[in-house]
Amino acid sequence: MTVLVPTSLDEALSALAADEHALVLAGGTDAMVEVNAGHRKPSLVVAVNRVAELRSWTFDPAARAVRIGAAVTYSELMQAPIADLVPALAQAARTVGSPQIRNAGTLGGNLGTCSPAGDGLPVLSALDATVHLASASGERLLTVHDFMVGVKRTARRPGELITAITLPVLSGFQGYSKVGVRNAMVIALATACVAVDTPTASVRVALGSVGTTILRCPEAESMAISEVDFGSRSASAEVVRHFGELAAAHSRPIDDHRATAAYRRHAIGVLASRLLRRAFPNEQ
Amino acid sequence: MSSDSTASTSNDVLLSEHYALHVNGELREVHDGWVGESLLYVLRERLGLMGSKGACEQGECGSCSVLVDGELVCSCLVMAASALSQPIVTIEGIAPTGAPSDVQQAFVDAGAVQCGFCTPGLIMATHALLARSPEPTDVEIREELSGNVCRCTGYGRIIDAVQRVSVSRRGVGA
Repeated sequence: MTVLVPTSLDEALSALAADEHALVLAGGTDAMVEVNAGHRKPSLVVAVNRVAELRSWTFDPAARAVRIGAAVTYSELMQAPIADLVPALAQAARTVGSPQIRNAGTLGGNLGTCSPAGDGLPVLSALDATVHLASASGERLLTVHDFMVGVKRTARRPGELITAITLPVLSGFQGYSKVGVRNAMVIALATACVAVDTPTASVRVALGSVGTTILRCPEAESMAISEVDFGSRSASAEVVRHFGELAAAHSRPIDDHRATAAYRRHAIGVLASRLLRRAFPNEQ
Repeated sequence: MSSDSTASTSNDVLLSEHYALHVNGELREVHDGWVGESLLYVLRERLGLMGSKGACEQGECGSCSVLVDGELVCSCLVMAASALSQPIVTIEGIAPTGAPSDVQQAFVDAGAVQCGFCTPGLIMATHALLARSPEPTDVEIREELSGNVCRCTGYGRIIDAVQRVSVSRRGVGA
């Protein structure tokens, strides 16, 4: 086994081109658990957390978009000004593990692992993020919905590296909520992200930990869009309740050692209703 | 040197068995290891630095906390070879002369140590917390130390110790 520590994107991509089974190591918070347990023993490890192109983020005011390098850490996402541009992502980042985990773990790593419980992923889904992939032969872009294929399965091809995630900067409420057995150091039992864009009158809701990958809820979204008042930020109690019911009905949770499916579905309803009320705080 | 032991191209470095880490201000050679070993394992088993503790090996407990490039991380989740050329500070580097740091002394004074296993990680986390936030609230301390598990104390005296350091660094009473 060899370990490569490239400092430029070109070096990282040529290393990945040489070995299609190479392990991409970003923050290590998922990958090293498997390496420590002896579950992974790749022939080549490419550590990407010192590739300068992956470590920064940029805001394009004309396009109203933020481009976040794949190796930007959760700790960095929690800080202004990026936290003000995509507040739901900052909220999600704060729920990840502990300070130690947030100092190491990266948004690109969250996507690369693609756990249904990945804390950043509902935000990327609700915001219709674009995933930037690069390889020695070029670049391609995928929507996050096309990128996330299943439980720890993605559309990333051998030799490809997630280089960045682009998110729109919306105008309106964004919120993220998570249920687990502690407030820290916990794998989510249920998560929800609600994002509103007032100028285009859109409401998005994405759910985590209740399906094989992140789920968007088109029924809840279209119901909310037709029933809420964007101008006065108001919604009736009935709409808030119904929004939670539709989200819960759309979830596909399983029973496992962390929680029952019934508990997760109930939690989704509570979280979705709570977030919609925060988005539209006034009673209609 | 065999063909697969060490090679380098422009800026990137390809590693296998032999490499060196910057630990507590010294360049330390790592020999005879497997290149995929965690930093925690290398610190303890290759370099003889036993202060960082190993328990969960999956980032849950914080007892292996160290600073890598100034950031508090779990050394069990760092592939040691990937920390090449980054400054690493362990609990041994917090008090290099043998005299305890103010945080270590406060833990003793507050009775924040019982079995002591979690203490090195908590000392590292407390130094990082106070560097970032010199006057933390109790809630902030709980959030910032949430990645360090202590099964003895119930955390009350640990929070007391952190507040003692915060107060004494500001020079406002004992």
